[in-house]
Amino acid sequence: MAASPIGSNPVIVATRVDKVGTRANVARIIRVVVSLAFALVSLIPISWMVVTAFKARSDIVSAPPKIFFTPTLEGFVNLLTNRVQIPQDQAKAKLAQPNLPLFDRIAAERGQAITGPSQYTGRVLNSLIIAGASTVLSTVLGTLAAYAFSRFNVPGKSDLLFFILSTRMLPPVVVTIPIFLMYRDLGLRDTHLGLILLYTVFNLSFSVWLLKGFIDEIPKEYEEAALVDGYTRLQAFGKVVLPQAITGIAATFVFCLIFAWNEYAFALMLTTERARTAPPSIPTMLGSGGIEWSAIAAGSLGFLIPVVIVTFALRDYLLRGVTFGALKK
Amino acid sequence: MANIELQQVEKRFGEAYAVRPLDLHIQDGEFIALLGPSGCGKTTTLRMIAGLETISNGRILLNGQDVTRLRPSERDIAMVFQFFALYPHLSVWENIAFPLKSQGERRDSVDKQVRDVAGLLQIDSLLKLRPGALSSGDQQRVALARALVRRPACFLMDEPLGALDADFRETMRSDIKKLMLDQRATTVYVTHDQIEAMAMADRIVVMSQGVVQQIGTPAQVYHDPATLFVARFIGSPGMNLLTGTRGSDNALNLPGGNSYVPPPVWQGRVNHIEGEAVVIGFRPEAVDIQPDGALTGQIFSVDLHGSYTMLVITLGSETNVVQARVNRDDDYQVGQQVRFDVKPDMVRFFDPKTEKAVS
Repeated sequence: MAASPIGSNPVIVATRVDKVGTRANVARIIRVVVSLAFALVSLIPISWMVVTAFKARSDIVSAPPKIFFTPTLEGFVNLLTNRVQIPQDQAKAKLAQPNLPLFDRIAAERGQAITGPSQYTGRVLNSLIIAGASTVLSTVLGTLAAYAFSRFNVPGKSDLLFFILSTRMLPPVVVTIPIFLMYRDLGLRDTHLGLILLYTVFNLSFSVWLLKGFIDEIPKEYEEAALVDGYTRLQAFGKVVLPQAITGIAATFVFCLIFAWNEYAFALMLTTERARTAPPSIPTMLGSGGIEWSAIAAGSLGFLIPVVIVTFALRDYLLRGVTFGALKK
Repeated sequence: MANIELQQVEKRFGEAYAVRPLDLHIQDGEFIALLGPSGCGKTTTLRMIAGLETISNGRILLNGQDVTRLRPSERDIAMVFQFFALYPHLSVWENIAFPLKSQGERRDSVDKQVRDVAGLLQIDSLLKLRPGALSSGDQQRVALARALVRRPACFLMDEPLGALDADFRETMRSDIKKLMLDQRATTVYVTHDQIEAMAMADRIVVMSQGVVQQIGTPAQVYHDPATLFVARFIGSPGMNLLTGTRGSDNALNLPGGNSYVPPPVWQGRVNHIEGEAVVIGFRPEAVDIQPDGALTGQIFSVDLHGSYTMLVITLGSETNVVQARVNRDDDYQVGQQVRFDVKPDMVRFFDPKTEKAVS
């Protein structure tokens, strides 16, 4: 600007007055402070959990809580293995071995020997299979149903939509006993399929309604243009509707995943061994000789990671998605 | 490239007619405008030709082939939508190439065709952009390019200029007209703007409330409106319409104590109208103001339009109004009494019962 003194050249740069000055600065500072405070409140429990997972037993129960401590993998050993108590001299002999694996060493230091892997990994795997499959199912079915409800004159459309919504109206726990009996007779108890079906049904109402909102927002002229341009209805759906609904689909996917991943009551009721998921199994690690806090924290940490990865991977779509389309690009 | 034939095509929603049975034969290379106020069924007719709307009854033939039951993709048509319907997630290049890709063409051939048509519409510098980054005029050009690129049998356009700024509309209007002439393309063009229809179309189909009022050249619908609706709707302002009753000696009693004798060629035909009432119609430019004119009225307002002046003349009461187009240099005062004649070759007569023109 200095090179073009006013008078010789037209002033072409306008400055927005509300973006400068002390008032704007104060507003920005307040925004930052509030965001930081919120982030802190949200992160404290998680960081507490992470820290606890790496603490030794004595550090966990000490009061006041220790902020500085020597990290140990004791919690993870407890989480991932089954162990037996061994006599002192055997433990010493084990520790004397030069090539003793890390986990065995940690166990031996506490006078224990590892007898085999625990069920934790299997259960996280069950969670992954069940939550993953039911999320994919409810998102795919929800997208197709939402598209049909949005675009076609489905007979009894409003009744059907209300019916779908009404499945959400009573707390699921109320129907645990009927579902338990049904599943027993159908042979779905303690099967992956049983929980996948159940979570899909729970999530479907949510995904249909949420996605219908997103698809309603896409003008139908786009598909009509594609139809005229030589595509079939299905191709138009794939090439024109899906790419534009992707934010909504991603948001729905994450919501469904979080529900299925966290579900506790039905998993507890309907599974025992084969299909048991992580949520009902983590509390059972309370242990016989006192509460194994570090193992629980480590288990919760491992349980947290997959959702974090998915949410992180889809974060670009989520900002618009979770505001239910209210935030335009 | 193609002729289109609509035979008794109708569209009903339950008992309600959106389009009454309609016959229309569109010649190869013809530019047809469907003109009417909103809700008259013009867009529905267009969508039926496109195959986006099912047909309740009747047949549509494209080049003699019955396409009534064919999907839009099987009809070899291209459509330009009112709000362009450019795919927002695709670049301009991809948008234009979209119809070609449905036919599985090779990429280098697609690219050549896209660049050709983009050059024709002067949008070759925009090919990498997304539609959202374009002005509405450029979006319009991209929409046209997407329609042109496939060289379809006919073009359907649904108010393609409706979303443009007024000053840009005129340029686009002549551009589209020229483009369609160069392509020798059969075009069906929906609009509610009569100026657009008059300027562009070979023939105009005037519709109202699902009924075709008249099919004719712009000159025909202007000079010989088939119904009272067309007489009012075409032209700005529309035709002057005065209701008279039959008096003695072939004369018609008009409002304000005026008496009018139709030109001799009309007298016999006017007498065929059942009932006493007759509507006479004439354009503002048919009014001939002169001292010994047969009709008398009072000037209600003098409106300057630049190249001409429009007089609003009341006959008796303010509900009976004649608009007269006069020279801009002539001097008229509000409240002044004037006498005028109607040029005999420019007067038309209507039966108020049937609303149809006397022919």
